[in-house]
Order: sequence, then C-alpha cells, then structure tokens
Amino acid sequence: MSNRINWKATILLILGTIFILFPIYLTVIIAFKTPQEMSGNILALPESWGFGNFTEAIEVTNFFNALGNSVFVTVLTVIIVILTHSLVAYAIARNMHKKFYKFLYFYFISAMFIPFPIIMLPLVLQTSSWGMDNLVGLGILNGVMHLAFNVFIYVGYVKTLPVELEEAAIIDGANTFQVFWKIIFPMMKPMHATVAILTALAAWNDFMLPLVILSDSSMYTLPLVQYAFQGQFSTDYNLAFASYLLAMLPMVVLYIFVQKWIIGGVMRGSLK
Amino acid sequence: MKRDHAFLLMVIPAFVLFFIFHTYPALQGVFYSFTNFKGYGNWDFTGFSNYFKVFQDSRALGAYGFTFQFAIVSTILVNIISVLIAMGLNAKIKFRKTLRATYFLPFILSVLIVSYIFQFIFTHMVPDLGQALGIEALSKNILGDQDLAWVGIVIVAVWQSVAFNTLLYLAGLSTVDEQLYEAADIDGAKAWSKFWRITFPLIAPFFTINMVVAMKNFLMAFDQIIALTGGGPGRATESISLLIYRGGFEAGQFAYQSANAVIYFIVIVVISVVQLRILERKEVK
Repeated sequence: MSNRINWKATILLILGTIFILFPIYLTVIIAFKTPQEMSGNILALPESWGFGNFTEAIEVTNFFNALGNSVFVTVLTVIIVILTHSLVAYAIARNMHKKFYKFLYFYFISAMFIPFPIIMLPLVLQTSSWGMDNLVGLGILNGVMHLAFNVFIYVGYVKTLPVELEEAAIIDGANTFQVFWKIIFPMMKPMHATVAILTALAAWNDFMLPLVILSDSSMYTLPLVQYAFQGQFSTDYNLAFASYLLAMLPMVVLYIFVQKWIIGGVMRGSLK
Repeated sequence: MKRDHAFLLMVIPAFVLFFIFHTYPALQGVFYSFTNFKGYGNWDFTGFSNYFKVFQDSRALGAYGFTFQFAIVSTILVNIISVLIAMGLNAKIKFRKTLRATYFLPFILSVLIVSYIFQFIFTHMVPDLGQALGIEALSKNILGDQDLAWVGIVIVAVWQSVAFNTLLYLAGLSTVDEQLYEAADIDGAKAWSKFWRITFPLIAPFFTINMVVAMKNFLMAFDQIIALTGGGPGRATESISLLIYRGGFEAGQFAYQSANAVIYFIVIVVISVVQLRILERKEVK
C-alpha cells in the first residue's frame, strides 16, 4: 500500500527536535562566551571561539583527574557486571524448576522495588568502616545495585538459548564452568552489549551513590565534581558551562559514533 | 550431582555480595528504625515511636505531598509525549535514523548536569526573555516561586525521561503487524480509532511497564531536585529521597529517617502493585 513518506510526521518531529537541541545549543555557546558577552543577547553566537573557558575549567576542576575516576569506575563496574551477573543468570535460568533457584531469582528481582534511601544510611556506615569508601568500593556496590535488572534480562535471554549444545559438550567431558565459559558466555554476546551499555551509562552518570560513598574529593567522578564546584560556578556561568560540556562530551562523542548500537542494545533489552 | 555443585558455586559469590551490601543494610535500616540511633554513639529501643512521628511531621508529609504530585504529573506527561513521538518515529518518515538518535540523546546525559543547565534557563534566560518581550508570566524565575517551582522540576524530568520511554514504545510498536493497519484502512477507519482499537491494545504491555517504571523512578527523584532547587524555596520541592539524605546525614536523624525510608518503601511497593493490577486488568480487556 502506501510507501509514500509521511511528511506531516516528519515535519512535526523535526520541529520537536528544537526542544531537545536548544539546551545543548545554549550550553555550547555559553561555554565559549566571555562574561562580558553574557549581558548581550544570550542566544547569539559567541564573538570568538576561544578555548579559554575550557582550559580554565580543566585546571580549576582538575578535569582529567575526575575523568580518570569516572572511566575507572565505569570500566570496573562493567567488567564486574558482565562476568558475575551472566554467570549467576545462567545458573538460575537452567535451574528455574528448582525451588532454591526460583527463590533466588525473585529475591534478586525484588531489589528493583527497594528504594536506595532505605539501604543508604546503613550502607554508608558499613562501607566507611570497612574501608570501601573509594572507587573500587563504588565499583563493587554498582555491581550489587545493578544485579536485579541485569539478572532479569540475562535470565530472559539464557532461556531462549538451546540446551542441546550444552548437552553435547557435557557428553564430550566438559564441566559446567567450561560449558558456561566456552559455549554460553559467547552466545550471550547480544545481551552483554545491552547490559554493558545500560550499566556504563548508569555508572557514568550516577550521582547519589558516589555522593554518599566517596569521602575523599580527589576520588570524585565527573557529576560529583560539578556538584562540588557549584559555589564557584554560580558567579561564573561561562566557566560552569565549559565544565558541564567537558563532562558530557565523552559520552556524547561515543554516542555519535555508536548510537545505532546503543539504541539497538537498549531496544533489545526492552523486548525481553 | 557434580553439576549441581557447580551451579551452586556460580550463584554463591553474587548471593553473598548481594546479601552483604543490599539485604543486610536494608535489614539494619529496618532494625534501627525502632531505635533512637543518631548514626553514632549509644542507642535504645523506642518501639514504633519513629513511625508515629513521621505521620505527625509536617516536613515529612510535605515531602510526600510534593513527591506524589511531581511523580504523578510527570508519569502522565512522559507517557503521553513518548507514545506520540514513538508513533511519529514509527511512521514512514524521512531522516528516521537521525531523528531517532536525536530524540534518544537526553537519555545518555547526566541528570545532574542537565538540571544545572535548565536551572540557568529558568533563572536567567526565561526571565530575561519575558522582560524583553513584556510577557509577565515569563518574567520571573519559576524555581524561586513556592507554588511553581515543582513545575520546573517536572519540565526537566519529562525532558529527559521521554527519551527512554519513547524507545520502549518504539520497541512495542515494532511488534505491531503492518497488515492490521492496512486492513483498517480498507475498512475506512480514522486515525483516532486506529490508535485506540489496534495500536493501543497491542502495545498495552509496554504501557504497563512504562507507567510502573516511570512512576517508580519519579518517586525516587533526587538529582534533579538537588541541582534545580535544593528542595526550595523553603521546603516546597523537598522530595522524600532528599529529606532522608538530609535528615540522615546532616541532622543526626539516622533512626528517624530509617523509619521514614521503611514507610517510603511500603508506599512504592503498594503503588507499583496497584498500578500493575489495574493496568493488567485493562490489558486483558
């Protein structure tokens, strides 16, 4: 039937992107402006595209230190999550007919409905007295916080994988761990991508957990640094916006290059 | 038999970590909610007195009132806007990939930083613009207004959350068979009735998930509020999470806020269950 382009929807959607792009446009131009230019038309392009605000923001906020912290926590979290959550999900998915594993499944999943504040206060006491108020501790806690959702989508995926391959491998003398590592883990690749993307985004942008867990400001991640410098930023919006832009840039650049992959990964997760 | 042992070995590390860093703190929170623990020092059991106090605490009740108002309005707006955008993106449009990528962009940005940017828009740009154009309604900073500050928070929350919900609806719409629409076209069905009779019933499960997840996330709102208003003006926009954070860490109310957190947990579970019941009944119809 109709293979015509729906122009009405196209035009409406293009107009709608103004709402999305406007705050981003504003961030970029203010990041390049000088304080003197702020008294003029806010929406106008900056008079020159100098990087003065950015070099200042990098220095003032110790940007590369925060970037390093964010990258470290994000990578550590993704590694922990991919290795351990897929393993647990495999064991649960293949034993759902047993009471213990079924209980375990619902026990983990139920955490999705437990608001973080209920565990926040005791958790902070516990982590600081155990010396876990650092980036490694944060990575481990991230792994715990994401367990519920990841187990949910991994288990859904493992159930769709045929058991015949595993049975053949067992007859050939492979043990359960070998079966997981050599057969199941590689077959889970599409779900690894989904889990990695969602976990990385959540860990990268997370604010509340690092806020309450990290005690030393040299360990602050990018969002936390923006929070810590609010006092200084409120008098200098150009510096603030340069800093915001720097903090958002790594994810935005990554998104531009792999957006198809990211969107596909999230969609796949949502169909589980 | 050996295989069973292997499976057990696979779940033990995650189970132990989860128990130590999730279940155990949660149990501790429940335990301390029956004491007068300040976060340090000695403590005594005080029974249910913290719970009774929460119900008489105007600050806590105010936080619940604001959080519900914010969460309900945001959930409804996000779902309406997301369905509309998803249907647009699912139509035969030009620049589909670029448009889809643009609408999804807010999802990858930090909630905190986005809120700081919007804070500038609300406090400086909009009032400047309103004054220049002589429009009174826009001339003031809504975040500084007791009665309107929550609207600013809704705007930011919706701006960002629409991205993810749109994608979920898009995933739902991609499961709808094109031929159903063609059959409806032949019958001369209008766009409106096509939506209610074909599209909506088929994406109803996605609607249920989206409503429950969005509501739950908004009930836990924290980052937007810290960045936009800090809970103000006064305590007009103090959410439950923010209250527990402030009271628990800054005011020595460890036990009292633990009781508040337990109530908060019960509220979230009850709302989610009620939502699922009502929405699933609709789905069957």
